[in-house]
Amino acid sequence: MNADAGITTLDLSTTELREVNETLQSARPGNRRYEIVNTRGAHAIAVGLDAPIEVTVKGSTGYYCAGMNKQATIRVEGSVGPGAAENMMSGTVIVDGDASQYAGATGHGGLLVVKGNASSRCGISMKGIDIVVHGNIGHMSAFMAQKGNLVVLGDAGAALGDSIYEARLFVRGEVASLGADCVEKEMRPEHLDLLADLLAKAGADAKPEEFKRYGSARKLYNFNIDHAGEY
Amino acid sequence: MCGIVGLFLKNDDLRPRLGEMLTDMLITMTDRGPDSAGIAIYGDEGEGAKITVQSADPTEFDGLDAALSTEIGAPVDMKVIDTHAVLTLPAGAADQAVEVLEARGLRIMARGAAMEIYKEVGLPKDVAARFGLRAMGGSHGIGHTRMATESAVTTLGAHPFSTASDECLVHNGSLSNHNQLRRKLAREGFTVKTENDTEVGAAYISSRIAGGATLGQALEGTLQDLDGFFTFVMGTRNGFGVVRDPIACKPAVLAETDDYVAFGSEYRAFADLPGIEAAKVWEPEPATVYFWER
Repeated sequence: MNADAGITTLDLSTTELREVNETLQSARPGNRRYEIVNTRGAHAIAVGLDAPIEVTVKGSTGYYCAGMNKQATIRVEGSVGPGAAENMMSGTVIVDGDASQYAGATGHGGLLVVKGNASSRCGISMKGIDIVVHGNIGHMSAFMAQKGNLVVLGDAGAALGDSIYEARLFVRGEVASLGADCVEKEMRPEHLDLLADLLAKAGADAKPEEFKRYGSARKLYNFNIDHAGEY
Repeated sequence: MCGIVGLFLKNDDLRPRLGEMLTDMLITMTDRGPDSAGIAIYGDEGEGAKITVQSADPTEFDGLDAALSTEIGAPVDMKVIDTHAVLTLPAGAADQAVEVLEARGLRIMARGAAMEIYKEVGLPKDVAARFGLRAMGGSHGIGHTRMATESAVTTLGAHPFSTASDECLVHNGSLSNHNQLRRKLAREGFTVKTENDTEVGAAYISSRIAGGATLGQALEGTLQDLDGFFTFVMGTRNGFGVVRDPIACKPAVLAETDDYVAFGSEYRAFADLPGIEAAKVWEPEPATVYFWER
């Protein structure tokens, strides 16, 4: 470990992943900063953190990077594999590159920013997390999304927001298709304010007026007796 | 879960290092598939055809070259590597040679001008060491680490599968219409040797190529005619192709530099490749065919 300049360096070529994560998980609140080097696409880097610390992951990662995050700010200087920032409770995760499938899945809170593209199932079953993707997202994103905001500066793949509950989806580019019960909705002043705030937090250069909002038509909430014959 | 790696060289200076690069990639994918491993390598092309055979009892290779040479009336060169042997003989005698070899109870792993296939049950590092994969050179190659789902853990159930000359396929996923397709292909003259779903996928692609399709068109056809989950990587004598099913839940990453195109189930597989820091790295799109040919 190198504690120079207030930054503790954790080297995955010489330190076991479990030890690296234990060091981060036991960090005390304060102005502690960490960097993780020699990532080589390893899985489960910087997971389960629970303190307001800053972690920089210098390189691309494999599965489940920054999962279950609380309070910490984690920046990945590379791309992330499947399940990045899965089940985040609070804090911030910033990915400089691309994110593979189901980024931000089931997240309850916090902010996930993907500077590149996110692939399929981004924000699946999100429960309160905010996700801002500077590029495009893949198919089946925000499937069964319950709460929170998904902002996409680029395009969205097929079946966006299928079976969505009360999450808000904002897309600037093209949407390949909307999933069941997901519809375009009116952009009201409070949505423009919300969007402006999220774009600013995510360092995104875009105007709220350029986006369209999508959300639930709320037709799947209750059983429709007129459809009984279809079963 | 399975692991796939592939490497297609654009810079011939790297050819002697193909086996070394591919072996490191393969071993990195051990936790995705620890029960068997295999590799198809497109090596130097000589005058004749190469036939790779396998036997659980390598003493069966004793005198095989001389016996085969007598039967087909042509010179045969033999290279024995552990449970596999590569026989090189005049291309015109290859069909007859395959019949003779099968009649002797040997398993045909591969045939072609360039392709050799080595696969066995065991940890990837052990399989690689048994065959000396690290020392092999070539223009492109595909490797697979298997965690079996659809058929037994056997040598013949390991990937890659070859169902035509210089063509091979590796697969992560599972096909659900392979029995129906197996019967249909058999009627068209494309028979498979195992109960494995991937071999049916390989035979399907071979049947399309035999019918005049390009590698790209044949891979495109899998999206219509195969039902199930798949990330496929396909090798031909001069090409290398990738396709994922529309659901695309089986992972895949591609990397490209001026020197090579690399495929990995995970980014980890690329960590030791030269120039990977500056490579273009991306996730192949669902239901989209990618291929490179020289």
